[in-house]
Amino acid sequence: MTEKTAPFPGRCAIVGIGQTPYTRGTDRTTLELHLEAALAALSDAGLSPDDVDAVMPNEMAGILAEDFIVNLGLRDLRFSSTIRTGGASFVSAIQSACLAVHCGLANHALLVAGRRGYSAQRVSKAVEDTIVPMPIMRTIEEFERPCGNTVAVQWFAQAARRHMHEFGTRSEHFGQIAVACRKHANLNPHALMHGKPMSLADHQASRMIADPLRLFDCSLETDGAAAIVVTSAERARDRAKRPVAILGIAEGHGDPPDSITQKRDMTEIEGLRRAAPHAFGMAGVSPGDLDRAQIYDGFTWITLASLEALGFCDRGEGGPFVEGGRIELGGALPVNTAGGLVSEAHVSGANHVLEAVRQLRREVEPARQVADCETVVVTSEGDFHEGAVMILGRA
Amino acid sequence: MTTPTRPRPKPTPLTEPFWRAAAEGRLVAQRCRGCNTLRHYPRPMCPECHDMRWDWSELSGRGEIHSYVVTHRAFHPFWADRIPYVVATIELEEGLRMVSEMPELTPDEVAIGLPVEVRFEPLDDGIALPVFRLSKSRRG
Repeated sequence: MTEKTAPFPGRCAIVGIGQTPYTRGTDRTTLELHLEAALAALSDAGLSPDDVDAVMPNEMAGILAEDFIVNLGLRDLRFSSTIRTGGASFVSAIQSACLAVHCGLANHALLVAGRRGYSAQRVSKAVEDTIVPMPIMRTIEEFERPCGNTVAVQWFAQAARRHMHEFGTRSEHFGQIAVACRKHANLNPHALMHGKPMSLADHQASRMIADPLRLFDCSLETDGAAAIVVTSAERARDRAKRPVAILGIAEGHGDPPDSITQKRDMTEIEGLRRAAPHAFGMAGVSPGDLDRAQIYDGFTWITLASLEALGFCDRGEGGPFVEGGRIELGGALPVNTAGGLVSEAHVSGANHVLEAVRQLRREVEPARQVADCETVVVTSEGDFHEGAVMILGRA
Repeated sequence: MTTPTRPRPKPTPLTEPFWRAAAEGRLVAQRCRGCNTLRHYPRPMCPECHDMRWDWSELSGRGEIHSYVVTHRAFHPFWADRIPYVVATIELEEGLRMVSEMPELTPDEVAIGLPVEVRFEPLDDGIALPVFRLSKSRRG
């Protein structure tokens, strides 16, 4: 395991983070949001655009490396790639950035994600002309969309329904996840759902969107962008703030990757299940060693199934696992301590990475700081059960 | 305002035989000439043996509901006055899965494991959509 999967444990680090405000409504273009977040991350790292020689544009934003070249004035961009696994792209892109930095292809990689999920690419309003077309959707465009299976909440509802059928999972379990994230958002002044408490009864009373998924099982439609800067451990030591070490990172894919309905087992997030042992093995830790988890939560069911796929609990046990406050601050495994995509904002999962870095730097409000937080797992999930897993630690 | 229409499948050279058969009232899938494995959705290569030759094999059209979703919000204008509506994943007798709207099943009736059979709904441009309904034996 070690020889095969540990080319760079701890050899790369996140040295800068930045974001725009997360809002519902913006006058700015997606590109302007990305550039604002990029400058904030570089400033946080004590770097300037001149230092950037690798960029990883995010697929779902429809931004190109060339957009960064012409706006940031990048003179010598040496590496760029875009990962095409939808919501799983951001953590996968960090893996590629690590490879580039570790191999010496580049020194400072800039990664930016986020979109105008409220002002432009708004799924719930059936406004599709501004949604960035993703090639992976071609198969279901032909075979599922004509049947009325048109958007993500419907695709994941079938996986959630099958999970309920096989394992006895209940809507209240999804509600436990939504309530935990909302509690955390109420400790985070920057979360969209700050000041809007939610009880389990509120969750159960929220309207059905795609049964069994209710409104409060869905991630938010928000505008905003977030960015990070990745560099080598050596260079990280010279930066302005305490670096956060990338101890382990891996991506995994589902089979087949182009539809949930065709999965041998649609109840399992196969990409995360495949990536997890590689990421944990590289970091030399097991799920029991983790202080916190930042789980990509496009829908609450994804959080539940991700906890299973990562090995925090057995297959089918995700429902009972999230009961009793276990995933709330103060519980054994606080999950999504900034509120997650369901209560902070949907920034294509980049906000999960920012929260992990802030927890490890001790930069969050005292009420939601996890004491002695030393190791955090961050996931991203995208398309149809693709996944990426990253273990971060205090450098 | 024009009446919103159902999104149309756009057949490719690879998938056109599936849609042509459906227009003729037959449900078919690729069968690998190398190892006889059935597959769906259509692919140019068999992922089991990597043979790129195939035939189109007629299926029984019978199966059962593997999972389903009841949509309560219209995400496409065609379904705006059809909500709530049921879409199911059908596990066919041959082991393949297909997605179908279930217009004859109400949200209260639908359940995993229900036996279903195919019929074909002609769209107005020579395309027919496979649509599953409860098996006749079950409906009595």
